[in-house]
Amino acid sequence: MSSAMYERMRANPKFQELVARRGRFAWTLAFIVLAMFYGFVMVVAFNPLSLGQPIVEGSKVTVGVAVELFMFIFFWALTAVYVKRANGEFDALTQEIVKEAWKENK
Amino acid sequence: MLRQIITALGLLGLSTLTLAADAVAQTEKQATNWHAIIMFCIFVAMTMGITYWAASRTKSTSDFYTAGGGITGFQNGLAIAGDYMSAATLLGLTAMVYTQGYDGYIYMLCFFAGWPIILFLMAERLRNLGKFTFSDITAYRLDQGKVRTMAAISSLTVVCFYLIAQMVGAGQLIKLLFGLEYNTAIFAVGILMMVYVTFGGMVATTWVQIIKACMLLSGGTLVMFLAMSEFGFSFTNLLEKATAVHKLGDKLMYPGALLKDPVTAISLGLGLMFGTAGLPHILMRFFTVTDAKEARKSVLYASGFVAYFFNVIFLMGLAGILIVGQNPEFFEGGTVGGKLVGGGNMVAMHLAKAVGGNMLLGFLAAVAFATILAVVSGLALAGASAISHDIYARVIMKGQASEATEIRVSKIATICLGAVAIVLGILFEKQNIAFMVGLAFGVAAAANFPVLILSMYWKGLTTRGALFGGYGGLISAVLFVLFSKSVWVDVLGNKAALFPYTQPALFAMPIAFLLAYVFSKSDSSVRARQEIDAFEDQYVRAQTGFGAASASNH
Repeated sequence: MSSAMYERMRANPKFQELVARRGRFAWTLAFIVLAMFYGFVMVVAFNPLSLGQPIVEGSKVTVGVAVELFMFIFFWALTAVYVKRANGEFDALTQEIVKEAWKENK
Repeated sequence: MLRQIITALGLLGLSTLTLAADAVAQTEKQATNWHAIIMFCIFVAMTMGITYWAASRTKSTSDFYTAGGGITGFQNGLAIAGDYMSAATLLGLTAMVYTQGYDGYIYMLCFFAGWPIILFLMAERLRNLGKFTFSDITAYRLDQGKVRTMAAISSLTVVCFYLIAQMVGAGQLIKLLFGLEYNTAIFAVGILMMVYVTFGGMVATTWVQIIKACMLLSGGTLVMFLAMSEFGFSFTNLLEKATAVHKLGDKLMYPGALLKDPVTAISLGLGLMFGTAGLPHILMRFFTVTDAKEARKSVLYASGFVAYFFNVIFLMGLAGILIVGQNPEFFEGGTVGGKLVGGGNMVAMHLAKAVGGNMLLGFLAAVAFATILAVVSGLALAGASAISHDIYARVIMKGQASEATEIRVSKIATICLGAVAIVLGILFEKQNIAFMVGLAFGVAAAANFPVLILSMYWKGLTTRGALFGGYGGLISAVLFVLFSKSVWVDVLGNKAALFPYTQPALFAMPIAFLLAYVFSKSDSSVRARQEIDAFEDQYVRAQTGFGAASASNH
């Protein structure tokens, strides 16, 4: 019975749309985080001195500190963006898909 | 100013006890701190009350493992943050910033960066597919017996490594606070943890985590606030003064000794990021919420709290360089730059004492102790569920065990794990605790994560591939750790390390993925065909949540 439900959902074009849209969105965000984070790790590994430069001449605040603080805030902002879209748009679409599969079931 | 107010409050409330404690303190350095003891006793009384209440609500296996699945996103976010911000975080990372400056901050970003990835790629699938343990997901369409056994073994390995870090922290802390023997302290933690988990299950564990997370966030914020007030709330001012006195000088704000070679840096980054996504006690928390919506919210709240707290710790560590590092009172024998009283991990505690007096020290110490208890409880519950739910109920009894016996087995398992934790805690007394957490993450990243992510994303994964990938990752990660300097030389007393790096993830993760791929691809059995076909239904459930385990109605 539930296998038949899964079959119907899979056949629904909205399911393909959900998977494609959410997948694209999630992977884009994940790619941004991975690229920035490992880019940063590479800089730490291969060019640590560049992170030791002061942000402005004479300041003790280094580029590294500023970059890292930015990443903390930016990554968290991305999670907020994802949760907002997934819990709104994508979940509404999911509910439609499940509802339509139930309807066909009757 | 605030400092005086707090001291005054302390004197008003506990004047006789303070006098008594001060009198003792003059003769003996690590004297009994009554503030800490009283606050800790309040915490224990509160959590015991909760455990008593939770015990009456813990009837089914679902109650025991996942609190009936009825925790909200915000509560779970706090609890995840509580699980994640362990005593190693508070004590070890503050100490790391204190001694190595910017390196500690890098370490914290590595700890944090896994969270967005967990949210984007895993959170909703975890909730939609899992029930009690993450092996529910890896074994979803594969051979229950073999795959669950593998997942349970690697979970237990991670739990043991992580427990070591927690127990060592507990021993050091209580030694400093109560003047107790290290070993006695270890026994106390082990036994209290057994009580929480065996009687209260996940309901008690979750509430202990939530209370402790609130205490940790407020305590840390207060210490940071008071410390920063001494520098006019100016980060620039703090940095200028800290670099001026620190022995690293201007290098304090450079990436330095911790990540001296690229291999270690990348391996650490991989291990911490994907290790977070493979920690059994964290993954288990995703099954305590009602649905995928709440699971996503949990990550949003949890990562917000974690990011905030890491920045607080960074400031605490830097302020510690001046406030603790320049004060002879905190060094053994009174020589500045010598050995810190109570060991290197005590910077956060000394800082609390310096800025807020005995009252704040007492509070923060009680928080740290509470933290250890809470994290150890979460770990024990995750370890016990691997034994009772995966190995006993699904592998040995093949799903035929009654709920009552399954719960009984997990309680026995908890008590055994408590005993193991005590032994390991005593064995690893001298290790740096933040570093031990790094090792736990390396094993989680190489043993748990690859099979888990492949089972959710790759249609072609078969039982054979999962077993080779899982065991391959586990064995290689453990061997890399065993042959590295931190165990082979420092613990076992050999002359030279057989494996030159301390972080296993960069080497063990590719081994796991490669083995899983090769042995799945080359598997042409009928069983493998069925497993690949079963992916379609699993995929729809993962995407829509249809058929997912739902919250029980209380």
